[in-house]
Amino acid sequence: MRRRLIPVNVVIASLLFILLSLEPDQIKPPKAVMDRGETIYAKECLGCHQADGLGVQGLNPPLAKTKWVLGPRAQMIHIVLKGLTDPIEIDGDTYNNPMPPHLHLNDQEISDVLTYVRNSFGNNAKPITPADVKKVRAAIAKGK
Amino acid sequence: MKSFSSIVTVVVLATTHFLCACAGELPDQPAGDTTTTHSSPGDNAGLTLPSGFSATVVAENLGGVRHIVVDSNGDIYAKLSKLKDGKGILELKGGDAGRISSFGNYPGTGIAIKNGYLYASSNTSIFRYKLDAGNQVIDPDKPETIVKDLTDRGQHNSKSITLDNAGNIYVNIGAPSNSCQVQDRAVGSKGQDPCPLLDYAGGIWQFKTDKLNQTINDGVHYATGIRNTVGLDWNSSVNELYVMQHGRDDLHRMFEQYYTVKDNAELPAEEFLLVKKGSDFGWPYCYFDPKQDKKMLAPEYGGDGKIQGRCGEIEKPLVAFPAHLAPNALLFYTGDQFPEKYKNGAFIAFHGSWNRAPEPQAGYFVAFVPMKDGKPGGNWEIFADGFAGGDDKKASGRVDYRPCGLAQGPDGALYVSDDRKGNIWKITYKK
Repeated sequence: MRRRLIPVNVVIASLLFILLSLEPDQIKPPKAVMDRGETIYAKECLGCHQADGLGVQGLNPPLAKTKWVLGPRAQMIHIVLKGLTDPIEIDGDTYNNPMPPHLHLNDQEISDVLTYVRNSFGNNAKPITPADVKKVRAAIAKGK
Repeated sequence: MKSFSSIVTVVVLATTHFLCACAGELPDQPAGDTTTTHSSPGDNAGLTLPSGFSATVVAENLGGVRHIVVDSNGDIYAKLSKLKDGKGILELKGGDAGRISSFGNYPGTGIAIKNGYLYASSNTSIFRYKLDAGNQVIDPDKPETIVKDLTDRGQHNSKSITLDNAGNIYVNIGAPSNSCQVQDRAVGSKGQDPCPLLDYAGGIWQFKTDKLNQTINDGVHYATGIRNTVGLDWNSSVNELYVMQHGRDDLHRMFEQYYTVKDNAELPAEEFLLVKKGSDFGWPYCYFDPKQDKKMLAPEYGGDGKIQGRCGEIEKPLVAFPAHLAPNALLFYTGDQFPEKYKNGAFIAFHGSWNRAPEPQAGYFVAFVPMKDGKPGGNWEIFADGFAGGDDKKASGRVDYRPCGLAQGPDGALYVSDDRKGNIWKITYKK
């Protein structure tokens, strides 16, 4: 009995170690996606939302840990495709600048940059796929 | 762990050094800035001022203090961007932060005192409160509505005000737009020509101070082609209106074929303008390029950074300040306390930039322009600096304070407000 317990403990510990070391990779999107997303962020988003994703007081909202970023994927895709013209409120502060639609970006580019945003600035949320973007784009085209 | 933290230290130091080096290369250091001496941190409430000047903090953490005004008793009135306990105007009795009362159930920016009335603006309207002989608001719950129903779509919605000596009040109606594209700020969206917003925004309107419930149609469309102004003031020494225009954003993001990231950080100028009745400063079709010293055709209207087109006719600014610094207050100094060179000169509070990113941010100071006969009488200089709280904070834009309002006290002291935390500084001079 005693001789068998030790190997079991070792097996459990090893499994735990493997699981824990795998976990970040399973949650974190592939590096290639994050790299492409970062490049698009720098070109399209950084000027307003800033390098640290914390936005600008009264004008451009933060992207760190808000329901707009961490909430339903379709909502975030919709904002990027259609833009936002009304001021929005986050934690009691109003942000007044409009968000333009980004129709010049394709499904892959939008999914890359949104996956990057959902996994940067302290965020950790499920990636967005080109298929997700395609679906929302089609719904918008139908007038939804 | 030890090696990790030393790597972090090295990286942080290297980054700080890099940012400082970049900030030093910015063209925002005015020429002829010879009077500024730098005191050690902690002096003058953290501000650096010319020699002979000192500063104290008279109030802290009041909220988003936009514009301020000081009456002849030294009472400070502060307009808040966001209601505090349901109120949008604070009164600091005798300038004392321990004696604060509040009234006015609307947020906003503008506040002014003239001929026995306190004037204040929401983002759509202008109100006034009659003052008694002791300069007290008689009925804080029942202001008269002077102007109402002005455009407010969020963007550029501050209704800043100033009054002349002939019974008129001037208000900025900012354009709810960057460059009047069909789809605001969208890549590839064309500029509207003519820009329909100019009928009711993107300019200065003049109203009567003693007529109630005026709408835009009752006002005089005093000047046009001004994208947005937050700082404006009537210069009583020459009886003219002056404003600070906030220049446009996003030249690189929308037109990378014509403008680099660096171009975007340096274009266009923030403009100091002398506004006459009928003036047109060219927005959205034109912007001012300080390097070429020309009004240039905006890329939404066929420009490419080199074509001047129809903009050759447009008046140039009196002073071109570095891009995106956001001049939020303008005050012509009429006091006797400061040295002679400041008399009738212009103080300008720069809120600080954001659209310079990823280049280092800039601004967050109070500048001074000496004036002679209503024209700049010398180079502009930084008068009060240090609001950001350090070069690294300034470069990242994650600053401690953002100058937003200016006022002159009855003794000739200059007051500066901040709308990030809500501090008010008092700057005085002693020979």
